[in-house]
Amino acid sequence: MNTAKDLLTIRNLTTSFRIKDEYHAAVEEVSLSLRKNEVLAIVGESGCGKSTLATTIVGLHNEINTKVTGEILYNNQNLTQLSEEQFNRLRGNDIGFIFQDPLSALNPLMRIGEQIAEGLLYHTKLTKQQREERVLELLNQVGISNPNRVARQFPHQLSGGMRQRVMIAIALSGKPSIIIADEPTTALDVTIQAQILDLLKSLQSETEAGIILITHDLGVVAEVADRVAVMYAGQVIEEAPVQELFRNAKHPYTRSLLNSIPQTHDENDKLEVIHGMVPSLMNLPREGCRFSARIPWINESLHEKKPQLHEIAPGHFVRCTCWKHFHFEGEEGGGTV
Amino acid sequence: MWKTILRRVLMMIPQMFVLSLFIFILAKQMPGDPFTGLITPETDPSRIEELRIQAGFYDPWYVQYYHWITNALQGDFGQSYTYKIAVSTLIGERGLNTFWLSLLSAILVYLIAIPLGMLAGRYQESFLDKSIILYSFISYAIPTFVLSLIFLFIFGYRLMWFPTSGTVDVGLEPGTTAYYWNKIYHLLLPAITYAILGTTSIIQYLRSEIIDSKTQDYVKTARSKGIPMRKVYTRHIFRNSLLPIAAFLGFTITGLLGGAIFIETIFGFPGMGNLFVSSVMSRDYSVITALVMLFGFLTLLGSLLSDIIMSIVDPRIRID
Repeated sequence: MNTAKDLLTIRNLTTSFRIKDEYHAAVEEVSLSLRKNEVLAIVGESGCGKSTLATTIVGLHNEINTKVTGEILYNNQNLTQLSEEQFNRLRGNDIGFIFQDPLSALNPLMRIGEQIAEGLLYHTKLTKQQREERVLELLNQVGISNPNRVARQFPHQLSGGMRQRVMIAIALSGKPSIIIADEPTTALDVTIQAQILDLLKSLQSETEAGIILITHDLGVVAEVADRVAVMYAGQVIEEAPVQELFRNAKHPYTRSLLNSIPQTHDENDKLEVIHGMVPSLMNLPREGCRFSARIPWINESLHEKKPQLHEIAPGHFVRCTCWKHFHFEGEEGGGTV
Repeated sequence: MWKTILRRVLMMIPQMFVLSLFIFILAKQMPGDPFTGLITPETDPSRIEELRIQAGFYDPWYVQYYHWITNALQGDFGQSYTYKIAVSTLIGERGLNTFWLSLLSAILVYLIAIPLGMLAGRYQESFLDKSIILYSFISYAIPTFVLSLIFLFIFGYRLMWFPTSGTVDVGLEPGTTAYYWNKIYHLLLPAITYAILGTTSIIQYLRSEIIDSKTQDYVKTARSKGIPMRKVYTRHIFRNSLLPIAAFLGFTITGLLGGAIFIETIFGFPGMGNLFVSSVMSRDYSVITALVMLFGFLTLLGSLLSDIIMSIVDPRIRID
């Protein structure tokens, strides 16, 4: 799990929010690593902690009511220990961040060019003219055909796809070695989604950056990811290379997710859903297998008391042993895999 | 843009026409007439009757309205019955006084309210924030006339730091530097009183806008670029938070001529607010109609001005 090629190593990271004087972990004991030139997808339902994980990495969580423990290692520094000032040197320079909704993520009162150049102003010693040149270069790089005009426009004058390209240009402006994309295609049309994913993919091979892609869309994962970590209720419950995950998913949650992708071969197919809902932060059972409540037909005794991640094949980790006995409701069960 | 402004100005014509009709009819409903004020014990009642006929008092109302509106369009709003001078001259004088007082008050209001609002919003929930909120609630709760009287008593009569009434000392040569300084000196106490009481809404508005802006996505983007928090405030949060304040600016500017009734009355300041109250009291209805027409016009102009200001400061708003 931990090799010399690792760009970013997360070890036992726990991020807790204070709610009424009590801390509740939204991300719990997460260990992951990101390699150079790799797309690591983090998948899960809303509220599973994936966005919290992303904001913790770049230190954008609210410091007043958040507690972070564990390590995030990058370039021999532990990011959880950095001061705001040290983080500012890293953010926008070594780490770029792409947000979900490009309309709200861009300042409505600032011209596009100014917003892209802003990071350069603080991280480089470029002159005003050099910065302007770099902005045009970046806009070109993200596939905007008339960069001169776009640089002088305001966010509301651009289409959703263009805005997301601008966001990507902002993330790229510091030539980062890590890009964190938090649901970068969720707010976009399906056709635009494909373009943006293609762009991310091509930029990645161009820059050799490592990308952490946060998404709930398994289609997006299949298209661009190299490795996938599936999160449920704050924990990573399965991690595998993308091919392995789609072909050979083990954890009941991953299998249920894959099973709930709409199929269109047969008109009579009904949409499969996962029972129940993600428990809220305060009502989360901290003991035992967290997914057990949503697969009540599986005998309680088949879950581990303290579920751990087990490596069941090279690079393929699964939490809890219940997967060995899992079957979908209504199917014949009991078989061991 | 110029097209829209022209269209909006043209739109004002029917609006002003309807307003003038209402004002005229309402004014006509008031008891008394232009000559009630001229009657003295020596006046012959038949002479008054003669004057009434001469002035068209017995004409149908629309004929009277026609006379009034045609004169008003030429800037002639008739005579003030109390002051015995042309209404336009009277309003011109009073308007200028009020304009300077309101301008100074407005400048002080913004000078106090904007920094306080920014500090309160930025250091939300801190001791500083709580103190500012306490101040703004207290200043909101104190009636204008109470604070005015207290200030007038303390700084005017006891400490004698400021003059207690009027706009300028008698005996100064108009046009000299001393004359203008003296005028500003007379404005200070009423303006400060007004400013202390008038800051609440701006402080509260700005504070909640800043608190709201802080959690916006574009602030996260700015932080993700590695911009120091101090700069995130000045470059992103404050600029966006000032938009709603700018939206009121048009009304504030035209409102400068409306006058502050309590302040002007208590500080013996001959301005528009003062004039309005006294003209209502003495049924000086040519003055009332002219003032209401003016206030109506200023309100329409204020909304146009606000739209123009918004289109300048917010690129999302275009008037074309």
